[in-house]
Amino acid sequence: MAGRWYEPRGFPRPAPDSGHWILATFAGLLLVWSVAQTAVGGVHGVHAALAFGALIAFGELLRLNLPGNREAAPIATAGAMAYALLLRTGDSPAGPAPAQVIAVTAVAMTVGALPHLAVGRPARLTAMATRLLAVAFVAATFRPLANAGLIGGRWWSELPVMLGLIILARLLESVLTALVRTDELGTRFGVALGDELRVQWPVVAATGASALLIAFAAEVMGLAAVAVFAAPLLVTQVALRRYAGIRATYLQTVRALARVTEIGGYVETGHSARVSRLAVAIGRELGMAEAELLELEYAALMHDIGQLSLRDPVPGGATVLVAREEQRRIAEYGAEVIQQARVLDTVADIVRRQSDPCRPADRSQPPPLSSRIIRAANAYDDLVGSSADPARAAEAVERLRLDTASEYDPPVVEALSRLVIAV
Amino acid sequence: MGKLSRIAWLYIGAVVVAAAIVLAAGPFTGLDWTQIGVLCLLLVVCESSATLLNRRGLAWSANTMASLAAVVLCGPVGAAIVSCGTLLGVRRGPNVAQRMFNTGMYVLSAYLAGRTYLAFGGPVGTPGPSSFPGIIGPFAAAAVVHVAVNFMLLHGVFWLTREQGAAVGRDGLDLKLWLTDLGYGAFGVLIAALWSVLGPFTPVLVLIPVVVARWAVAQFAAQQRAYEATVSALCQAVETKDFYTRGHSERVSRGAVMIATEIGMRPERVGAIRYAGMLHDVGKLGVPTSVLQKRTSLTDDEYAAVQLHPMRGLDIVREIGFLDEALAGIMHHHERIDGRGYPMGLAGDEIPEFARVLAVADAFDAMTSDRSYRGARPVPEAIAELRKWAGKQFDPAFVDAFVTAIERDGWTAPEPAGTEEPLRIIESL
Repeated sequence: MAGRWYEPRGFPRPAPDSGHWILATFAGLLLVWSVAQTAVGGVHGVHAALAFGALIAFGELLRLNLPGNREAAPIATAGAMAYALLLRTGDSPAGPAPAQVIAVTAVAMTVGALPHLAVGRPARLTAMATRLLAVAFVAATFRPLANAGLIGGRWWSELPVMLGLIILARLLESVLTALVRTDELGTRFGVALGDELRVQWPVVAATGASALLIAFAAEVMGLAAVAVFAAPLLVTQVALRRYAGIRATYLQTVRALARVTEIGGYVETGHSARVSRLAVAIGRELGMAEAELLELEYAALMHDIGQLSLRDPVPGGATVLVAREEQRRIAEYGAEVIQQARVLDTVADIVRRQSDPCRPADRSQPPPLSSRIIRAANAYDDLVGSSADPARAAEAVERLRLDTASEYDPPVVEALSRLVIAV
Repeated sequence: MGKLSRIAWLYIGAVVVAAAIVLAAGPFTGLDWTQIGVLCLLLVVCESSATLLNRRGLAWSANTMASLAAVVLCGPVGAAIVSCGTLLGVRRGPNVAQRMFNTGMYVLSAYLAGRTYLAFGGPVGTPGPSSFPGIIGPFAAAAVVHVAVNFMLLHGVFWLTREQGAAVGRDGLDLKLWLTDLGYGAFGVLIAALWSVLGPFTPVLVLIPVVVARWAVAQFAAQQRAYEATVSALCQAVETKDFYTRGHSERVSRGAVMIATEIGMRPERVGAIRYAGMLHDVGKLGVPTSVLQKRTSLTDDEYAAVQLHPMRGLDIVREIGFLDEALAGIMHHHERIDGRGYPMGLAGDEIPEFARVLAVADAFDAMTSDRSYRGARPVPEAIAELRKWAGKQFDPAFVDAFVTAIERDGWTAPEPAGTEEPLRIIESL
């Protein structure tokens, strides 16, 4: 499977990437400090450092993209956390100092990232920095506790502390990532954090448990635990990668196939892509969560699929100019097509109700938010097309505003105007 | 599994009896029954969360992990006893015969793995710091034997119970699956190693990553099904434009898969050709409806428009990343072996394999279904026609493969068109 992943398509906004720089700088300082500290104090347990370093570098090499263009390196994270939580390896008693854990992790991550750079894949400093910070947090809190003898020597007293620290560290990581995404995409922080936790929990559970397993197993097996453990963790990783891969392929395919209406001359070139981009941006502006945004994107991409039932294309594909009854029939047919897939019923419903006015005259249930968004985005694109003329955009928004009494949802139109006029 | 043949029953019986003998022979001295109980529970949990892999009931579960842990902790007989947990798995699907066979299979795999472990000098019992890394060699040998025995016994039963005349497909029994199994097997040594530190709590901790992996695999399968259904729904939408071709993509896809399986293509490529078959005519959407449904012969201009459709299809499908080989198939499915096809006029081996397969399935379905300009032809006549043009229009090897597959599995020709109204065509606006 080729590695093209789901990238949330949004509207271009002037992105202040201060968050990236603060994180990267902080991680860089941490790297310099920890390496210097370790160089002065000397490396304790060279074999363990090398073994865990190798596992972390290997995991970094095999990092994967989770849905939503999130980078994760489960094997590297599990290895680094295990190193931070190491109590005894075989017969040697003390675990490594926090600075050494951070130094080994940072250096190994850099080494593991080099091959990616060599083949021209961009380094995602922010993701690497957050991962390093989470590990640093565990190392810096666990070691003092262990050294002070506060944890005890039995698994039932050690395990809860380790577990708690791992969960806190991953929460920290999620908060940092959510902050960066808020900064970057214009999502609301609460929504971004919720999305982050939802996508990350399986990975967090798997890597957390694996880290504990390695740390405990190293007591018995010594460093062989690191080698033996690479195999099972790899299985989890492969499964996650295949899952992320098929999700990405799915979206790609819908994006591609939605273009059949363009090839057939039913709509203007690029129409579905533009409508979906605008719709997703509006949805994000209105605080929709990622799962809803994905459904919105599918629906927006396929909103015109019903036109395939027309013997002759609508002139210019502009459904906004067609009678209400016809619009409804097109939408109904499109929904029928999507419903045949049996798994996209919500999407089908969104498409079905896209031509309903936002305030139905007969007091029936108003259409879902996604339908209202697609309706506005579609109307806007029919009026403006691929033109980048700001006057035309303003004119189109004005026209939509005039119709907000019954046709278009006022908050949706306002969000749209913020997106297309402010820039 | 439908009705089983006598040989299949004998085979299943032999496996179950062999397992029973192993279990009865013992010896049962020195077994830690709490350990066996906990591991058996772990195995039941694994078995209960099995994932179904194909329609014939092949399911995959992480049992290997529990039985291999038992190999180290309890020895061959203990491992065999633990494997009996397979019988208790809480899941729908397997009938009594299947359950018995599965249990027998796991008992034998575990026992033989245990014997291998001993033969390589592996120490039985809870391993301590001194056991490592010496234990890894014998354990790896045991894991390989476990997976290999499992694989062979399963292959045997699938071969014996294959439906009469069905293609000997691989049914998802591919290498990847066995590598996955080996990966899970490695958890076995971890459970054994951690037993001295974490005691019976070990399986809980070990199960978490496994559960996540199972979750991801299940999600993957669900997404893949959703994906297939969506592609097929969209293809049907495209076909409504020309109602004579309704179901065409689906059938060409089926035919291409029959050929691909018959010539022994790898499962990933069979999957790709299935999509290629579904999507091969997407470009027809760019051809005016009036031309597609014309009852008389086409003018030069109209013919040029038709000839363009593979390229238009390519335009759409190009953006789907994983379909690399399928792309070539879609683009060239109207080429001919003698070089007189379109769009490029490639000849012989210059034509991509996928395109040559699709050409056979496409032409066959076109002949056996109604068209606006003629009725459907019976299957034998269409086969004769394929044979006649083999070497000129079609690749003879693929024609042979297709004919063999059809003669064995049959072919469901479409309902005659015109008996029902087209799905829905809004005449004009």
